[in-house]
Amino acid sequence: MSTVPTAEEITLAVHGVLDPELPVVTIGELGIVRAVRVPVNAAVEVDLTPTYSGCPAVEVIRDAVVEAVRAAGRPDVEVRSVLSPAWTTDWISPEGREKLRAAGIAPPGPAGSGPVTVSLPPRCPRCDSGLTRELGFFGSTACKARYQCTSCREPFEYVKPI
Amino acid sequence: MADIDLPSDVRAIFGLRHADRALVLAQQITGWITHAHELDEEVALANLGLDLLGQARLLYSFVGEVDDRGLCEDDYAYRRSDRQFYNPLLVEQPNGDFADTMVRQLLHDAYAVELWSRLSTSSDPQLAAIAGKAVKETAYHLRHSGTWVVRLGDGTAESHRRAQAALDRLWRYTGELFEVDDISRHLAESGFAPDPGTLRPPWDTRVTAVLAEAGLTPPSVGRMATGGWSGLHGEGLGRLLGEMQVLQRTHPGVSW
Repeated sequence: MSTVPTAEEITLAVHGVLDPELPVVTIGELGIVRAVRVPVNAAVEVDLTPTYSGCPAVEVIRDAVVEAVRAAGRPDVEVRSVLSPAWTTDWISPEGREKLRAAGIAPPGPAGSGPVTVSLPPRCPRCDSGLTRELGFFGSTACKARYQCTSCREPFEYVKPI
Repeated sequence: MADIDLPSDVRAIFGLRHADRALVLAQQITGWITHAHELDEEVALANLGLDLLGQARLLYSFVGEVDDRGLCEDDYAYRRSDRQFYNPLLVEQPNGDFADTMVRQLLHDAYAVELWSRLSTSSDPQLAAIAGKAVKETAYHLRHSGTWVVRLGDGTAESHRRAQAALDRLWRYTGELFEVDDISRHLAESGFAPDPGTLRPPWDTRVTAVLAEAGLTPPSVGRMATGGWSGLHGEGLGRLLGEMQVLQRTHPGVSW
């Protein structure tokens, strides 16, 4: 391994940090990484965007990013929180969505122009039935709601479109 | 560690008004945890409280930058007494029963949704960015509180009685939300924040619609309560802050 990591290596390291709450997806796949700048003679700069205002994982993610950049060979790194444009679930990549589904969490539908749009209920991540019902609008984290599949009867969580 | 002095910049005062609004309400709501009537609602209230706390934190950080004295979120949250808190009186009204809490939440959320919506076009880009996030979350809060008020108002005779009593108690705290003062006038002129008076018509429309569906009637109020925006509060806020700040005041400079 070369002693000086390339910008691409640093960027990949940042994008590859696992989300601490949903460790099946990376922060890159969740659309949390807004920018990675790798200057030669100054600190690496990473811009992250928080998902929800009160997301308690923000500090953990920030620490994980610093750790990842250091492990990739750059000890000098600054992480900034960028609020605008506001994070939207539309930024979750197709790979991220598939990983969520495989882990039993229904990925979000389109966010649309308003926060509460009329849309079809999520499909069951286990049996793919469209006959699901909402158990509760709030779940174990700020981003998820709770559903149940009326076909296979299994409950599951759903990442709310925002 | 002494109490901090208040900022002089009116933008920082505005920031404190709304950070305090969010923080006090978050602290109140989370008081329901382990006491709610069902687990579903505990989860909901915890989520609402978390969103509000997050908004408070973003606003306190914003105040810290505008105020430019090197103070952080914790300084603003833990080192001011009740006379230095600028939240509107509505959010410090007691949790009471579940109807009190949900009616208070409805009256608040209908206001917050409109405020955040207007602030997302603030002349201050950081404030606009905070608002851009908060408006989406607050729309979900209004969906929750609005649904509950309808269920309670249009529920049993008991739930209707309690919801109406809550509305009768809380209505006098709604006028303050739309008060105009020198600070708000100055900030409206620069496009930093909307004229509070202009928030009333959409608030009225939203609240009237929910109350109509809930079968609830606002009381006629002789005089609206006032004073919160300038630090004049009831004794309940002192108790809330006393509990919230006891750890930091007993062990100044404590950190995890």
